[in-house]
Amino acid sequence: MKAFRILGRNIRDSFKSVFRNFSLSLASISCITITLVVVAVSIVLSLNVNNFTKIIEKDVTIVAFLDLDITDDEIKDVYEQIIALDNIEKENVVFMDKMDISKDMMASSPTFNNIMSRWTKEESPIQSTYQIKVTDINFIKKTADEISDIDKIDVVKYGEGMVEQLVSVFDVVRKVSFAIVIALIVVTAFLIANTIKITIMSRKREISIMRLVGASNINIKLPFIFEGLILGVIGSIIPIIITIYGYTALYNHFNGQLFTQFIKLIKPTPFAYYTSLVLLVIGMLVGMFGSSRAVKKYLKI
Amino acid sequence: MDLIRINNVKKTYKTGTTAIYDMSLTIKKGEFVFIIGSTGCGKSTLIKMLYREEKPTSGKILVGGLDVGKIKNRKVYKLRRKIGVVFQDYQLLPNSTAYENIAFALEVLGLPKDEIHTKVMKVLDLVGLKNKAKQYPSHLSGGEQQRVAIARAIVNGPKILICDEPTGNLDPKTSLEIMDVLNAINELGTTIIMVTHDIDIVNKLKKRVILLDSGRVVKDFKEGEYKSESI
Repeated sequence: MKAFRILGRNIRDSFKSVFRNFSLSLASISCITITLVVVAVSIVLSLNVNNFTKIIEKDVTIVAFLDLDITDDEIKDVYEQIIALDNIEKENVVFMDKMDISKDMMASSPTFNNIMSRWTKEESPIQSTYQIKVTDINFIKKTADEISDIDKIDVVKYGEGMVEQLVSVFDVVRKVSFAIVIALIVVTAFLIANTIKITIMSRKREISIMRLVGASNINIKLPFIFEGLILGVIGSIIPIIITIYGYTALYNHFNGQLFTQFIKLIKPTPFAYYTSLVLLVIGMLVGMFGSSRAVKKYLKI
Repeated sequence: MDLIRINNVKKTYKTGTTAIYDMSLTIKKGEFVFIIGSTGCGKSTLIKMLYREEKPTSGKILVGGLDVGKIKNRKVYKLRRKIGVVFQDYQLLPNSTAYENIAFALEVLGLPKDEIHTKVMKVLDLVGLKNKAKQYPSHLSGGEQQRVAIARAIVNGPKILICDEPTGNLDPKTSLEIMDVLNAINELGTTIIMVTHDIDIVNKLKKRVILLDSGRVVKDFKEGEYKSESI
């Protein structure tokens, strides 16, 4: 009962203090707002880069060309062997019959049509294929080698060289954007913590009076921690509004893709809400830790 | 019974300055003691050690049975709740009213609201400021602010009231009014230790007087013994 009473008073005092020290509170809130907007933009950019590189990587397909003399039973056998391998998306192994491929090619050009229409199934030099997608593109070469070792598979193609380059470039882009987000969060944390520290410095006297009248350390710290939390929550309101409404507007304006259809944006729901939640949590935690660290300094004798 | 017992205490600051040399003193329950001496004689250091704003370098200080030097930083509040402290500059929270300033000392103890109200109104009455409860410190005169500070210091019924030049910023008439308040508190049983430069007040009240010089007790005058010319 007593603990609840003290806790209740601490919360009440925190609210009072935010408004009684309004100009100082405003300094902290603006600092939190501005830095969180920057963090929000970087999170949105970074996750979108991450997303569209993943989509492009997903389109990479291994094509396994089968021997010309392969029988129907052997085609099934090859399928079983492929899906038995690791790193294969089992539901995305598609068989393309040579006659279907011929038909597509004939439809695409009169020259092809002219030549290919004369071939019978046995005579056709076109090979039936399996189109295979992998779960982890980093191991595509190993998987392709394993597929080419399967009996009755003639040759395996997956855009060798180019795919590896794409993967490594995307990997760097993702890592760099991730590092930028983390660095920004750390910088934000320090910036906010320092701003709060300066505002608390001006209340050193208040803290010493609290100690004087017999407030325990935790009793002194709690209102400041709550105050930091309140500042964090208030400071994250504008960044959250910008994230939710701004990103949705951006998404609608570009019809969900940026410049070309290859660069697809992440759908705003629930993405913008998750990002907002992250901003709120960052604001709250940094506010609390900033205050707590700053007060701690004055509780030592 | 001795409420405060100081045994062979020495205090040297980190800078190397020694403020107190081998001091021993006892103060009994209910006493009113003046501590006087010239600037830099160790008065402030002595009382700061009593409420554990400073720690003795060696020796032992017992306040109400607590060994002050051994109290851990996070346990200091336990000592502070037994002691009221009043300063020359009042040390009030500027953004809280007189009532809130006093109530704060009880809120940290977790008392219920109505009990806090009763106690705060009682001390406000004692210091004669019942009608100024809702005023902020900036709207009160120096003497009134000091009364609020005194009220805050005694509201939870401490055994000891430490006053560090409480009349230092006040005119002689207001100073005497403050002394009347302190006297009344002393008569209710609270031990009072007061550091002062105001020899008129010391002469007038005829209490026990401890004279310090260069960190040592030069003389300990019993009640009524001290006269200003005896320095």
